[in-house]
Amino acid sequence: MNETGGKSTLPAAGAASTAPAEVPIVQIFLEFLIIGATSFGGVVPYLRGSLVTKNHWIDDKEFVEMLSISQSLPGLNATNMAILVGERLRGALGSIAAILGICLPGAVLMFVVGIFYRIHGDHVWITAALKGVAAAAVGLILSTVVGLSKKSLSGKFDFVFIAMTVIAVNRLHISVPRTLIVVGILAILFHHPRKVQKAGVTP
Amino acid sequence: MNQIPALARVFSYLSLLTVGGGMAAFPEMKILTVDAHHWLDFKQLIHLYSVGQMAPGPNMMMIVSIGQWAGGALGAIVVLIAFFGPTALLAFAVAKGWRKLEKWPWRTSIQQGLAPVSIGLLLAGCFTMAKGAITGTETAAISVAVLLILLQYKINPALLVVSGAVIGVLSFMPK
Repeated sequence: MNETGGKSTLPAAGAASTAPAEVPIVQIFLEFLIIGATSFGGVVPYLRGSLVTKNHWIDDKEFVEMLSISQSLPGLNATNMAILVGERLRGALGSIAAILGICLPGAVLMFVVGIFYRIHGDHVWITAALKGVAAAAVGLILSTVVGLSKKSLSGKFDFVFIAMTVIAVNRLHISVPRTLIVVGILAILFHHPRKVQKAGVTP
Repeated sequence: MNQIPALARVFSYLSLLTVGGGMAAFPEMKILTVDAHHWLDFKQLIHLYSVGQMAPGPNMMMIVSIGQWAGGALGAIVVLIAFFGPTALLAFAVAKGWRKLEKWPWRTSIQQGLAPVSIGLLLAGCFTMAKGAITGTETAAISVAVLLILLQYKINPALLVVSGAVIGVLSFMPK
């Protein structure tokens, strides 16, 4: 494919906040389709490789900024990033092209896998394999939790909010939205702006 | 019975719970898809979720399988739109507004405050899943091994999940 998106080499002042002129919608779709089809084991490194390194559609600072917004919003990082980057490049059409591209390969695959599992899921060797897969997946989620804790917590007291959330959902069986609203508001108030300023933390 | 309206309702609701990651919605997903609507059983939900971790792209594509089981091809499409539509619209709205809020002091407070809550939700989802997935010493050992390897080495997690399948066949096949 022709690399027509790399026209950002013009020496524009403040290039960091200017998108390269008119990336074609089709190219946005295809680029996210490739990410959607190849990003085994987590999309973030693949997104960075494609958007920042290969196509120069956004720079590294914008990438990190968009990722932190994606992380704070409901929705998966992968699809939120697609929406944010698509919007940045070509507005609403760009967002639609990007999210369709990144979702399509995995959706088709899981459609087929679901049918296959429904028919053959009872075979002894499949049940045995899936028992191992599920156990491995638990380890994978735990490693995500550890990684996120290292990266995005801003103080020891945050562990209290983590504990409150877990106890509310797992022990007290309070629904996720209620927990989210109550503990979320408490945590946001705890990190109120004056405290943030005093700690000298700037975004 | 026509499950399409229920699929749309359940998955658009779950969509808004995925703060921090898809796992955050897992406890509620179990209650709604398994206990309330009986689209699948708990073991199947765990299996589909785990298999989904090996697929490329956004890591909750297993919802498509649930949609397909409950409502065929139409069910799969409805679930996709219901699960990704609401958060996509929200992200789109925020994309336009967030930059303007750069000077708003509460912006950092919201990000810092939501971080521990989203981590807690992921952990709660993980515990819900572990209740079904960790059934003995062997499965616990696999989980801990995957966790330690991922913390220590830069290795593609999908490879470890595939290794889990191999270890599963080797250790859990009835003799």
